[in-house]
Amino acid sequence: MISTTRRDVLLGSGLLTGALVVPVALSSRSRAAAPAALAANGWLGVDGLGQVTLALPKTEMGQGILTAITMLAAEELAVQPGAVKVTLADGDAARFAPIDQGTGGSTSIRELWQPLREAGARARAALVAAAAAEWGVPAADCDAHDGAVLHKPSGKVLPYAALVAAAAAAPLPKDAPVRPASAYKVIGRPVRRLDGDAKVRGTAEYGIDVVRPGMKYASIAVCPIFGGKLAGVDEAAARAVPGVTGVIKGADVVYVIADNTWAARQGLIAAKAQWSGSTAQNGANSAAIMADVVAALDKPGFVAATSGDLAAARTGAAHRFSATYTQPFLAHATMEPANCVAHVHDGQCEIWTGTQIPSDARKAAAARLGLPLDQVTLHNRLMGGGFGRRLEADMVERCVDLAKQVAFPVKLIWSREEDMTHDWYRPAYADHIDIAVGADGKIAAWEHKIAGSSIYARLMGAAFKGVDDDAVEGAITPIYASPARHVTFQQQESLVPTSWWRGVGPLRSAFVMESAMDEVAHMVGADPIAFRLAHIDDPRARAVLETVKVQSGWGEKTPAGTGRGVSVIHLWDTYMAAVAEVTVDKDKQITVKKVTVAVDCGQAVNPSGVAAQIDSGVIFGASAALFGEVTIANGRVEQSNYHDYRVLRMNEAPVIQTAIVENHEKPGGMGEPPNAVIFPALANAVFAATGKRVRALPLQKGLQTA
Amino acid sequence: MAVTLTINGKRRAFDVPPEMPLLWLLRDVAQLPGTKFGCAAGLCGACSVLVDGVRMFGCQTPAGDAVGKSITTIEGLTEQPLGKALVAAWNEIDVVQCGYCQPGQIVAAASLLKNNPKPDDNAIDAGMSGNICRCGTYPRIRTAIRRAAEIHAGEKA
Repeated sequence: MISTTRRDVLLGSGLLTGALVVPVALSSRSRAAAPAALAANGWLGVDGLGQVTLALPKTEMGQGILTAITMLAAEELAVQPGAVKVTLADGDAARFAPIDQGTGGSTSIRELWQPLREAGARARAALVAAAAAEWGVPAADCDAHDGAVLHKPSGKVLPYAALVAAAAAAPLPKDAPVRPASAYKVIGRPVRRLDGDAKVRGTAEYGIDVVRPGMKYASIAVCPIFGGKLAGVDEAAARAVPGVTGVIKGADVVYVIADNTWAARQGLIAAKAQWSGSTAQNGANSAAIMADVVAALDKPGFVAATSGDLAAARTGAAHRFSATYTQPFLAHATMEPANCVAHVHDGQCEIWTGTQIPSDARKAAAARLGLPLDQVTLHNRLMGGGFGRRLEADMVERCVDLAKQVAFPVKLIWSREEDMTHDWYRPAYADHIDIAVGADGKIAAWEHKIAGSSIYARLMGAAFKGVDDDAVEGAITPIYASPARHVTFQQQESLVPTSWWRGVGPLRSAFVMESAMDEVAHMVGADPIAFRLAHIDDPRARAVLETVKVQSGWGEKTPAGTGRGVSVIHLWDTYMAAVAEVTVDKDKQITVKKVTVAVDCGQAVNPSGVAAQIDSGVIFGASAALFGEVTIANGRVEQSNYHDYRVLRMNEAPVIQTAIVENHEKPGGMGEPPNAVIFPALANAVFAATGKRVRALPLQKGLQTA
Repeated sequence: MAVTLTINGKRRAFDVPPEMPLLWLLRDVAQLPGTKFGCAAGLCGACSVLVDGVRMFGCQTPAGDAVGKSITTIEGLTEQPLGKALVAAWNEIDVVQCGYCQPGQIVAAASLLKNNPKPDDNAIDAGMSGNICRCGTYPRIRTAIRRAAEIHAGEKA
């Protein structure tokens, strides 16, 4: 049986015995009474045994943030990353404020870089001060080193364990300087993932692995028609399945409860749920939805950014380019399907799940149950992929809807088919670009109109004023100079629920802007990299482009059917350029052979993690750029599993070569950028290989008709 | 209805229908959660287990079909020399991201290396293309399989 605390024990012990870990040897471990802990803040400190403790303020979904955040703590508290006792934190907004536990938008390191290191530095200063007082020496002569404080002139050492009580008794020093880059021992060095070994062995606990005493298992079917209702269920047939113990109906949902997941799934099949939708709901289809989105481009839209005089700049233009690009709905298709465990009893609710929003999901559960927040506990777990899917609380809400109707803890698992047909989809978008180039070969006017579902409109309600700040991100902060610019957004909704998807709005912007830059370069007869460089002033953007040009062998002759495409972005405070090489065979089948990426993400906290995110984003992005498309027919999602929502497999994975530009600038995000940079690089490579410009994603489908 | 199976070298009896797929028997009844649910359609490989040394999809294998055969899950595999070599290589190459597919990847890699101790890229592609990784760890998996082959060959030498 897995106890509530098993996560902490497992993760902690995994770290302390893992291959990477150098535990701090402490003679005080055998002491019976542990002194008070030193708290740097509500989630970082040094315990009575002298061990650095970190309750992870962000969530781990595969992006490696557990390791990177631990490295920041380890740097300031002068221990090996593997010696830090890391725990996954419950949902608790107050504990972490002003840090938001919500994990998305490549914000974790950017948000924590300064406050976490400052907190660590204060704790270190407290330990140093305690040692200096003990020895009667100036604190300036002491420093923390390997879990102890060292008196540099004499070589005397006191381990943290011997200092914690005194350090905790004094007020935390206010202004303790963080370690300068020149002194880094941890940051910037490749560290193997601290959660790797347990994951490889299958002992790491994901939300779906949670087991509670007396727990039952449940399956779920939600009305496949967006907005539709449950019309009927054969409850008797479901209950006749051995192991099934209950059937629970809701307005648009049916749950089958059983002794194990298999019985719950079989019961749901036997239940033969019937659904109904209105004429409009039943008639929803993706062709009509996309037509509406494209038509929305003809509306004036809400102005997101404007500068210069478009009309004047267009007068006398030597070249004029305009095109419309479309991007479909996308599913997240995380490897771990949606799931949640909940137990509602005695006016309380306890939840175990893997979520990117522990505090918001807890709030959502409390609201759903009508319980005070302090009566709801959410224990977060590792996630088998997030990509934005777990930024929504629907799995928790659906689970507590069920759990409040039963007396026992219940584990609710979505089938892959339910997961794929009840995702919160990346919006379908249409963009129109109109670029004028002067006689000098320079861009004179740039107009960009964006239309699609607004995620912020849903989240902000009445506060939404017409421009979706996510959708226009990137479009309003281009790296290319233009004397005149005008960017608008027009919201266009459908019945399809939309939400965050790795790369979010800037991914859409990047595909459109970098495709258009390529098209304009070809229109004026310029080399795509040279044309970009002619419009970029930012030296860091120029550097990644010039690096990728050299690293990729840009300009070398390629065989027939092979093409290289480039793209460059400055998003999430990270600069990234990519060259993709593809081949297209006589049947127009696209194969991604090689991708070269140059990145300047400022200080790379963990270079191994940065390179991993590049592999990840390139392959995740290439899957979607080539094949990704969720289509709607008769009000329902048509895709259901990996056979019709195709993703890259091992035999289709490109060789990926990464160059990290090293510097000590403030760190940028790494989760999204590679995913955004690869879409246009691939589209541009397909053009180079075939002469066909695909403006309607996905590329493989678009190429058939281009 | 009882099914007696040999899992990781131990004979265990389960009161389940023989048509229950191994995936759910292992996870929910045998309390061996290292075998993961991904698609239940034989498409993703997350539920891979070794049955008499050959990779099978746990979601497509009725428990009754495994009676009299030797089932090895990730929990058992990582106690064997080949499994230990794979774990060491995976850790050395720092393969995992979300990690959810990795037990299945390790099982598929073990099946591959049992038949082909020194696989080339084509053999790796053929042996591993039944396993999906959404985090894109394929390049590091490729490297780690070569490394595991080296480690395992070194141990046997």
